[in-house]
Amino acid sequence: MKRWLPYGCIALLAVVPFAPVPLYYLHLAILILIMGLICTGWSLMGKFGLVSLGHGGFMGIAVYPMALLWNHYGLTPWLGAPIGVGLAVLLGVLIGYPAFRFRVVGHYFALITLALGEVVRLSIIAARELTGGSLGMTPLRVQPITDVSWYAVQFTDKRYFYVIALVAWLGGLWAWRLVNRSMARSALEAISEDEVAAASVGIHVTSQKLRITLLSAAMTGLGAIMLGQYNQYLNPNSLSGISISLEIVFASIVGGMYTMLGPTIGALITIVFRESLRAYFGATLTGMAETIYGLLLILFIIFMPRGLWGFVVARFAHPTGDTSRLEVAATR
Amino acid sequence: MLTLRDVSAGYGSFQALFEISLEVSAGEAVAVIGPNGAGKTTLLRVISGQLPILSGSITLQGRSLLGLPAHRFIEEGIAHCPENRRLFPRMTVEDNLRMGAFIPTARRHFAERLDWVYALFPRLRERRGQLAGTLSGGEQQMCALGRALMSHPKLLLLDEPSAGLAPVLVMQVFDLVRRIRAEGFTVLIVEQNIQQALELVDRAYLLEVGKVKLSGTAGELKNNQFLRQAYMGL
Amino acid sequence: MGIFDFYLLETIINGVLFGGVLALLALGLNLVFGVIDVIWIAYAEIVMVGMYIIYYLNVVLGWPLVFAALASILGVGVVGLLVHALIISPLLDTPPINQLLATGGLLFFLQSFATLIFGAEFRNLGLSMPILQFFELYISFSRLLAFGTALVGMIALYLFLTRTYIGTAIRAVAQDREIMSLMGVNTRKVYLITSAVGGGMAGLAAILLVLQQDVHPFIGYTFGPITFMICVMGGLGNLLGGFLAAFIMSQIISIGSFYVSTELAYVIAFILFIAVMFIRPEGLFQRRA
Repeated sequence: MKRWLPYGCIALLAVVPFAPVPLYYLHLAILILIMGLICTGWSLMGKFGLVSLGHGGFMGIAVYPMALLWNHYGLTPWLGAPIGVGLAVLLGVLIGYPAFRFRVVGHYFALITLALGEVVRLSIIAARELTGGSLGMTPLRVQPITDVSWYAVQFTDKRYFYVIALVAWLGGLWAWRLVNRSMARSALEAISEDEVAAASVGIHVTSQKLRITLLSAAMTGLGAIMLGQYNQYLNPNSLSGISISLEIVFASIVGGMYTMLGPTIGALITIVFRESLRAYFGATLTGMAETIYGLLLILFIIFMPRGLWGFVVARFAHPTGDTSRLEVAATR
Repeated sequence: MLTLRDVSAGYGSFQALFEISLEVSAGEAVAVIGPNGAGKTTLLRVISGQLPILSGSITLQGRSLLGLPAHRFIEEGIAHCPENRRLFPRMTVEDNLRMGAFIPTARRHFAERLDWVYALFPRLRERRGQLAGTLSGGEQQMCALGRALMSHPKLLLLDEPSAGLAPVLVMQVFDLVRRIRAEGFTVLIVEQNIQQALELVDRAYLLEVGKVKLSGTAGELKNNQFLRQAYMGL
Repeated sequence: MGIFDFYLLETIINGVLFGGVLALLALGLNLVFGVIDVIWIAYAEIVMVGMYIIYYLNVVLGWPLVFAALASILGVGVVGLLVHALIISPLLDTPPINQLLATGGLLFFLQSFATLIFGAEFRNLGLSMPILQFFELYISFSRLLAFGTALVGMIALYLFLTRTYIGTAIRAVAQDREIMSLMGVNTRKVYLITSAVGGGMAGLAAILLVLQQDVHPFIGYTFGPITFMICVMGGLGNLLGGFLAAFIMSQIISIGSFYVSTELAYVIAFILFIAVMFIRPEGLFQRRA
């Protein structure tokens, strides 16, 4: 019974768009799946102690080239996307290789990635003739205008995007699972505990960290590409830089970065929570939703560092014993 | 003056000290000797309040020290000169000494105490403006001792003052401790140089795996057959 | 001397003056960073709190600017104290990254709280600061004032750290926190004082910023990242290093803005920071221990 549960859930998720779901909820579901993918990507690094405050950088460098190639050369996003993801991976190499080689860890790694996210954001703004600067840009509508264009990946019907996002998200979870089951996981855990000791028993610290960073960058870049393509709007402040980078970090933490579904749950909580508070307070109290959100973040990190889902898993799935590992990981 | 009764202590699930009883009288110099890992440093950490005890009692001049926060022990008159000296490397000698006189009672007498420490260790006066991290090993030990003396403690705890020093300097450090004794301070010293330590102190305790194995006057221990065989190779 | 060079000279001078503001900004963060070993990611937002305090007291309640400015120093000092007592202190024994993230939550909180109270509009004091003219050079008076205050703030902090017992203890904690209790120092108290002083420096920086720019809830993003970079580049807890790094960064930004564009100037500054971190992780001006 338990073995079939995941497949049942996937099947259920797959039929959602064909049920009479209000468009607004479908819209939220798409955003949650995409952010879930991005946060899952972030957590791959985060749970091994590589706390990046610059994942926005991977987003911006992936999505902008795709949109620009489409607008200027009519290159289909099916080709633009791999190019964008490739650029995100390349950026991962550029920052990751020297960082890991020179053993930049902890605070310093966080600050370097913070700078990276800003470099990408400011570069996009500086190239305002191409990118529209901080006003943002729109991918051109496919000509002649049709409701369904697979070539341009432009659909009037949200259900197409839902299915694409679902597939990508499942792919992200699959990658997470692969890493979790591989030898790399124990190597990375050893590294996050004691880098020098890990190196001394023959673990290649730099390459292990680099592989996980590249995977993370690719997932984040892919997420950004879907986000830009779905919204049909690109803005450097929401697709790069410190602001979105921190949002990714916090959604992952709220959900719990040590479990497979935690980051997605975090994305879900963040998006649903904000939307409902926004609906509740309306336009009268701008900022109220985020104020409560910020307060909750602080409380989460102090009282529930494993995140909500991590807490639930530790509490219910392993009521005896097995939580110790999570505890150790979470308090590091 | 200092009395430990049945003190047990440890780190997490690891117990390092088992029911230690120990006494230091005013004006006395007492050594705690023993092999590596016997719990000597732990014992000093317990006495200076760095490590809470699991059971037993610690009193100084009849006053219980239990439950006192670690930073209050020096105000009670216990100064602890830690292992490896632990000077503030990027501060001057004089600033290091100033930190030794941080507690209000010592601050009031800072100028005169400083003069007194400089008189005791004239070398420090020459080096007063130098960063402590740039001093030689012997000078660093001098500075560490001076720092601990700035509060005029009732009881001075010394953790392996000769560790890591060249043999010539080891003799010098013992000489410094002798000078401190001559000033009338009560000293509890942890040492691995058992022979030299026994030349210096009135009494000593031998610690093995967290328990007091032997105790007695320096004279008794120097002639103790077990100690001579096991630790002095005689 | 051609007219072009005059503009360049003006740029360089303005860069120096801008460096003063950056140096002052970095000062409080550097203190907290160096002593407690935590990064207040919300530091720029804490500065913003000071800017809003001045705006509110001066413009809304009509207090004289001087009193509003003093209230900023005190008020932000209290904020610093609270940040430590409520957020950092419960997390001191957890991994350092948790402290950084918790103050990230504070960043969101302060930004949105400011939006809640003051709205997203840009606010200013409605002052017009004079532009000074030296021959053909035009220098902004508010920048000159900021530079002067930065110097005074630096010197005051330096004297506090070197001439007082508690200041000496603050420096000592940064070097060896474990033995502080042997000196009779209550580390908790030192941390609280450090956080309050760090907050006070942020409050001082707020005064100078609010004189030259509008305040809005997201202003922290404009100077937050560069402030962190300066602190780390100068070497943690190295006040003089931070000061020098501030001037290097401000010159890059100033001259870069002059020749290319402001954004690319920042890009260059950030890339320089990343490069420095790879080559000298202990900062540009730190002696290797």
